[in-house]
Amino acid sequence: MKPRHKKLAFITLGLSALAVAAALVLNAFQSNLVFFFSPSQVAANEAPIDKKFRIGGLVEENSIQRHESGLTVNFAVTDSAESIPVTYTGILPDLFKEGKGVVAQGKISADGIFEADEVLAKHDENYMPPEAAMALEQAAQAQKASMTQ
Amino acid sequence: MAINWFKYSSPASFYSLAGKMVPIFFIAAVLLLVAGLYIGFFVAPTDFQQGEAYRIIFIHVPAAWMSMFLYLIMAFWAGIGLAFNTRLSSMVATAIAPTGALFTFLALWTGSLWGKPMWGTWWVWDARLTSELILFFLYIGFMSLQAAIDDPRRADKAGAILALVGVINIPIIYFSVQWWNTLHQGASVSLTQSPTMASTMLMGMLIMALASWMYSIAMTLMRTRVIILERESHTAWVSELHQKEATR
Repeated sequence: MKPRHKKLAFITLGLSALAVAAALVLNAFQSNLVFFFSPSQVAANEAPIDKKFRIGGLVEENSIQRHESGLTVNFAVTDSAESIPVTYTGILPDLFKEGKGVVAQGKISADGIFEADEVLAKHDENYMPPEAAMALEQAAQAQKASMTQ
Repeated sequence: MAINWFKYSSPASFYSLAGKMVPIFFIAAVLLLVAGLYIGFFVAPTDFQQGEAYRIIFIHVPAAWMSMFLYLIMAFWAGIGLAFNTRLSSMVATAIAPTGALFTFLALWTGSLWGKPMWGTWWVWDARLTSELILFFLYIGFMSLQAAIDDPRRADKAGAILALVGVINIPIIYFSVQWWNTLHQGASVSLTQSPTMASTMLMGMLIMALASWMYSIAMTLMRTRVIILERESHTAWVSELHQKEATR
């Protein structure tokens, strides 16, 4: 083997090792990290029923019910197509609100209720002063009003 | 008049040039840091969702950007050193690593502090968080590998290969929030879309990012100077320098 060929072989070997490493990393990420499933995916039986998993979506409007005793709370997670009822006992994060993003980890029970043992708030990448947020909301409502008229 | 840039690739002339540049970058870093923190804490408005707590963004995002940029720059110089056998480039790569690790740690730490009140958890095995943690291990691994090999030229080569292989992680970090359903929100500032934050907030963040750049450049130059002295201690110009310092 000429030295030039040897070098070429080394580079090819290196590049293929790199490609294998990248594939392994991506594969490991896909199967080992806990990602969330949307309510539609859960309804379509794509989520693992026998294992713990996460669902993510928005907290449905007017769905939060707090039990009179203790920390138990019921709410529904929706992606505007499907909605999954969730029950959770524990402290909720500050950003947990109706109409806001949420990720809950737990198992689905036989009666179709998602029993969460961890509830996390997911927020978006928008940052603005409250006045701007209010103005945006008013504009959206005005548009809605003019559409229904 | 053409400047002979290659003159500065010799460690001896780079040493004196870097010595003159360090204070300039340090002063710029301090001024920008003060301005950035002032805008971040006093001028920028309160956020509509997260209240005052969002202000950690002024440290978190510049640190996270810097951790990725520095890795690319480190891998670039390490690669140049490996390909062209230039001593100075490898030294610069070695000098960047601790600052890169520092910014990665800062990004992870401030992210954790931010995650607890907002998401409700210090840590999740989310794609963005995990890949950033891998970046931290890459920096640590690069430094340990180089420290473990006695011959500096061999240490440079081994480190360069590790750094180049690790580059694969950078696009994974950057695009993780698009490729997977992550708890971490998407990017507020990107090259392809207009930023999704109020302009004063953006201004504060960009000034902080600039401050991090200046700090990183100053630290890298300083550390490169030390590495040059260490590695060239047998040469005539270093002993001359030593004598000059002693008689002064």
